[in-house]
Amino acid sequence: MTLHDLEKIFQAKIDQEIKIEPKDWMPEAYRKTNIRQISQHAHSEIVGMLPEGNWISRAPSLKRKAILVAKVQDEAGHGLYLYAAAETLGISRDQMIDDLHSGKAKYSSIFNYPTLSWADMGAIGWLVDGAAIMNQVMLCRTSYGPYARAMVRICKEESFHQRQGFDALLVLSKGSEAQRAMCQDAINRWWWPSLMMFGPKDSESTNSDQSMKWKIKRKTNDELRQNFVDMIAEQIKLLGMTLPDPDLKWNEERKHYDFGEIDWTEFWNVVKGNGPCNKQRLDARRKAHTEGQWVREAAIAYANKKKEKSAAA
Amino acid sequence: MNLKNLYHSFLLHLADSSLIIAQRNGECCAHGPILEQDIAITNITLDLLGQSRNFYQYAAQRLNEANGSSETEDTLAYHRGERDFKNFLLCELPNGDWAQTITRQFLFSCFQQLLFEKLSKSNDEHLAAIANKSLKEIQYHVKWSSEWVIRLGDGTEESHERMKKAIDYLWPYTGEMFMPATYDIINLEDLKSIWLNKVEAVLQEATLSVPANTFMHSGGKSGVHTEHLGFLLAEMQYLQRTYPGAEW
Repeated sequence: MTLHDLEKIFQAKIDQEIKIEPKDWMPEAYRKTNIRQISQHAHSEIVGMLPEGNWISRAPSLKRKAILVAKVQDEAGHGLYLYAAAETLGISRDQMIDDLHSGKAKYSSIFNYPTLSWADMGAIGWLVDGAAIMNQVMLCRTSYGPYARAMVRICKEESFHQRQGFDALLVLSKGSEAQRAMCQDAINRWWWPSLMMFGPKDSESTNSDQSMKWKIKRKTNDELRQNFVDMIAEQIKLLGMTLPDPDLKWNEERKHYDFGEIDWTEFWNVVKGNGPCNKQRLDARRKAHTEGQWVREAAIAYANKKKEKSAAA
Repeated sequence: MNLKNLYHSFLLHLADSSLIIAQRNGECCAHGPILEQDIAITNITLDLLGQSRNFYQYAAQRLNEANGSSETEDTLAYHRGERDFKNFLLCELPNGDWAQTITRQFLFSCFQQLLFEKLSKSNDEHLAAIANKSLKEIQYHVKWSSEWVIRLGDGTEESHERMKKAIDYLWPYTGEMFMPATYDIINLEDLKSIWLNKVEAVLQEATLSVPANTFMHSGGKSGVHTEHLGFLLAEMQYLQRTYPGAEW
């Protein structure tokens, strides 16, 4: 069979909504795109543990502490499934982690913003997880089987996190003046970075067309961003807070909310490593990895000793 | 807070020890040596946090019945100072490296298992129920931490050295677990030899041994702590202290 034939069969499967499985033939670019996207997603979960982990020791009640710890633990679990899904494409977890630490692999830029108050825990749950869900619900139907199945599980937990985040903000919104100010300030800081999570505009996005054809993505960045704005613009009314965008307005003709222009200079700055916490986040990951080196070595040495002993017995 | 009833102090002692070691373990979250172990230590954090909440809620209920007060799990956790906390000194010691973190958990969990087995037979049904529920979790904590003690003790030269250092550092804080406070309701002396046998067996398998130095620190159970606790509480309690009376 020629390469052309293989490609035709592959595209036919995609068109018929048949999932691509690890042992199936796939174009090298499809494999690479999936590795890039799944590992980037896994790294985002792992790096994303840092800004929220930042508030575990200071959570304001035991209940909130337990919710936050469980949430950060869920993210570690998501990272684990996603690394496993990416491994089915022939890359090792060690390699992916090295790529993260060397700066070769990316993670979601949103986690390069600092968490400055308790309200940020709510805002991250509501806005950041909310934006992530838009993307992830779509990914439950992505064409690569292991990724789609991992996403089904992840989505269930993410929706739960979003509700918890909203609930945390709702309590603040009904609280004292200081709490309301904390809530509004967190929304102000997280709103625009959340919109940036959907990536560049469709007209500027380099990876979009092929990914749509291969059904890795099923909606464009701009479509997903619009869905998100429409959802949040309604939900914020329940909080009695405002979104920091004077241009946000319901457009009766489009049946969508119009919204203002994203600061793309800021977006590209953060992507290129100049966000408030890029260095801090990567340093924290590298430090955990370096400090864990002796632990991993000891675990391997012990496992080998045990193997030798049982072989000798 | 009226703590004339010693039973209330005992409940707070149990709650405080679980909370403070949970607070310490929580610091590892997102910084663990391996992703799977990050998840494991976070799981243990959640279990211990859950235990402390059960004990605080029960203590609050008993206190309120006795004194007509309006304590909650959060007033007890967030509005008492260093001298009021009755946790073991062991629980508040810094995480140090992974060897120190897992050894602290091992020494504490082995003790908790024995204590909670006794408490699960208490005439106080509520206390017995909390102990019973916790025991299932503690069994896993003992297993997980024992395996790490063995793995690191019998791993590489470096891990062995680190384990020796961890045990030397932590050992003088283990005696307090068996020193009776006025409020203790269990004969701790009975638990000591069982605990020591269990710990020694694991250490032996890990090619480690109990340190020769047998001096033991104490004070935590009566509220005289190390310098570490003040900082831990300052961080943990800051929002509740800054915004008194706020709902979260």
